Amino acid sequence: MSSDIRFTDFKSDKQPTWCPGCGDFGTMNGMMKALAETGNDPDNTFIVAGIGCSGKIGTYMHSYALHGVHGRALPVGIGVKMANPDLEVMVSGGDGDGYSIGAGHFIHAVRRNVDMSYVVMDNRIYGLTKGQASPTSREDFETATTPDGPNQPPVNPKALALASGATFIAQTFSSNSQRHAEIVQEAIEHDGFGFVNVYSPCVTFNDVDTYDYFRDSIEDLNETDHDRFDRDQAKDKILESDKEYMGVLYQDENSVPFEEREGIEGSMAEIPDGAPEGAMDLVREFY
Amino acid sequence: MPDDLNWAIGGEAGDGIASTGKIFAQALSRAGRHVFTSKDFASRIRGGYTASKIRTSVDRVESVVDRLDILIALTERTVDENEDELHEDSVVIYDGERSTMQDVEVPHGATALEVPLKRLAEDAGGAIMLNVVALGAACEVTNFPIENLDESLQKRFGDKGEAIVENNKTAARNGQEYVREEFDQEFAYDVETTDEDYVLLNGDEAIGMGAIAAGCRFYAGYPITPATDVMEYLTGRIDQFGGKVIQAEDELSAINMALGAARAGARSMTATSGPGIDLMTETFGLVATSETPLVICDVMRSGPSTGMPTKQEQGDLDMALYGGHGEIPRFVIAPTTISECFWKTVEAFNLAETYQMPVFLISDLAMAVTEQTFSPDTFDMDEVEVDRGKVVDEDDIDTWLDEKGRFQAHFPAADGVSPRAFPGTTDGAHMTTGLEHDELGRRTEDTDVRVEQVDKRNRKVETAKEQETFDYREFGDPDADTLVISWGSNEGAMREAMDFLEDEGIDVRFISVPYIFPRPDLTEEVAAAETTIVVECNATGQFADLIEHDVLQRVERVNKYTGVRFDADELADEVKATLADSAGKQELEAK
Repeated sequence: MSSDIRFTDFKSDKQPTWCPGCGDFGTMNGMMKALAETGNDPDNTFIVAGIGCSGKIGTYMHSYALHGVHGRALPVGIGVKMANPDLEVMVSGGDGDGYSIGAGHFIHAVRRNVDMSYVVMDNRIYGLTKGQASPTSREDFETATTPDGPNQPPVNPKALALASGATFIAQTFSSNSQRHAEIVQEAIEHDGFGFVNVYSPCVTFNDVDTYDYFRDSIEDLNETDHDRFDRDQAKDKILESDKEYMGVLYQDENSVPFEEREGIEGSMAEIPDGAPEGAMDLVREFY
Repeated sequence: MPDDLNWAIGGEAGDGIASTGKIFAQALSRAGRHVFTSKDFASRIRGGYTASKIRTSVDRVESVVDRLDILIALTERTVDENEDELHEDSVVIYDGERSTMQDVEVPHGATALEVPLKRLAEDAGGAIMLNVVALGAACEVTNFPIENLDESLQKRFGDKGEAIVENNKTAARNGQEYVREEFDQEFAYDVETTDEDYVLLNGDEAIGMGAIAAGCRFYAGYPITPATDVMEYLTGRIDQFGGKVIQAEDELSAINMALGAARAGARSMTATSGPGIDLMTETFGLVATSETPLVICDVMRSGPSTGMPTKQEQGDLDMALYGGHGEIPRFVIAPTTISECFWKTVEAFNLAETYQMPVFLISDLAMAVTEQTFSPDTFDMDEVEVDRGKVVDEDDIDTWLDEKGRFQAHFPAADGVSPRAFPGTTDGAHMTTGLEHDELGRRTEDTDVRVEQVDKRNRKVETAKEQETFDYREFGDPDADTLVISWGSNEGAMREAMDFLEDEGIDVRFISVPYIFPRPDLTEEVAAAETTIVVECNATGQFADLIEHDVLQRVERVNKYTGVRFDADELADEVKATLADSAGKQELEAK
């Protein structure tokens, strides 16, 4: 693996088909920078993408990658990492993929705490299907399928993560490229499941949660006295419904990744060309 | 026909029925006798009744029959449940001192052997051992040396301490001596022992052992009857070979974890049953289009919906063949015996990796809950071959890079099989997707590329048909007028049914098919027979439909969907009746 990897090495030669101005451009650039900054290389990196606008990311990046079934990106990422802990595994998806159809997998992936990162492009809208409510849409957000708004409160993914025993919870904003890249880098470096929710505005279908809205309302935790290692402080910030924060909300310093706790030492790819040594003992067990 | 003994213990759930059956089955196996156990039988009355049955002989036993020789009845109801299977030489062992057992009436002139199981167990150290007292009594009735029990008692109770083991040995002897002293009677049974060494295992264990033998390193699953034993077998054991079992949050996750591990280069599998395979169906197409080698095992049970979770059925054949939207190339294999569960699992991994395709390994409850004896050589690990297919490494990857140096993971090769680079391989970085994609794995809607990729994936099946042998197993008289065809676990019952039929002068050619797709073409075999009967445990005859489709000719069908597998004698009767019907029909047509 060469040490002079640049973030552009993670770029494929496919041009993104995201709408001009989409937050996902900034989100992806930050992911690539973070991967390069952490000394990774396309050949040791595995990206798993979900379905939706965000899911296209595997095509625009260069690495080993799988773009799978709607909502199941996290289980794929867990399987990859368990089978080869030497790989850098990054899972990426949107608010629909992660918090609606994949919500069950989200809380269990958080609990399992496999050493990987999960970057969610949260635009509070379904963009690829042209503008329906997502699980993070506001209660009164009018769309074609919810003419009076969803009439239910949005999901709070960071609260779900905290309640599920998360060891790393962060929030970024795609337009603040430097902070976004730094925080994704911290998620990669974290020993465990690094969860980053990214406000990644949809300029075509969401006229409420816009760049202007986030720019005006978001507060950088670096400019506060927030202690990321204090779970109670994290809880208070996460549950504050009228505030948006950027930064690492919570980190467990003592996090030990699942695969380490399970004693997985290396890649499972290499096997002998016949039954493994000692296999006959398995037969003898049945005497 | 084996000179067999049919033994059972029955009672309520929670009476330790299964573990008592296992202790006796192990003792018989260690004494050099063949054993075939079953737990999947109908209750005549209502739920809550449970039993463990053992058929044993010095010859191989391949199925269950409709006869009970020794019955240990822990409840009165156990006697009623088995009324039809008892006969005048049967011996029913029960505790006549129990207030609940006062009204027991033993039918058909069978011997009622009242043994104070509870009291004798208490004498040995605790009422909890009453089942073992009954085992000791059964040893005396069958003239089976009680020392054979000791080893299996040690195996069962060893981790609870030597005192417990000794108490159980005493309990068994209390039962034996009571029968010896109190009943001055010659019983009709003499259970012979031999010097043979057998191993005793069920179909799920055989699949698990086959997976480890084949180099499987990753298993993700979600507990479900009757596939859980595959998972429990692998847990802990696969670790000793560098692997891991993961219990996922649901089957959607399980198959995707297994897929991820396979993409990372591990031999990987999942196993489930009906309701779980429904969820996994979502991912079948992705496995196929991403060309990921994956073994997906369905241990069938009675459906649809929750169905009868602890009952037998072969109802998922169409699901295995056609499950999932779009057209999904796949292999479907259905092992026909417990030992074949082992070998077909090994083969499933080789097919999966050689052709980078999903392989459906379709087993069923009848094999999952049956323990059967085999010579250890049946599972000769030296015979296991591992073929990983077209895996490329740093040294040969250049051949597979395009003019811009990009790895072509979906290269449309002449045989349809593309190169495979495990993540971590230098210059191998590539993506793949469930979207239609080009040779680089990138999304496309280009019509030419679409057709090229579909053809290339389907071509792998054609290549496999040329390179592999998807043959049937054949028994009986190859020139017989009657051809019986079955798939999956019916093989054993049908082989024994042939003995019954032979006694009645009916010769049968029996073809047992383990390969459902691709499968052997039976056109000539069906044409050569006067009558063809397809035997399967489902209501609609899913395999018979396939055979008719293949050979363009109608076949007779024997279907059973009570939730209970075929008994050998019952199956013989069914075949006979079908032949008579068919002859009647042919006569009518002639008129």
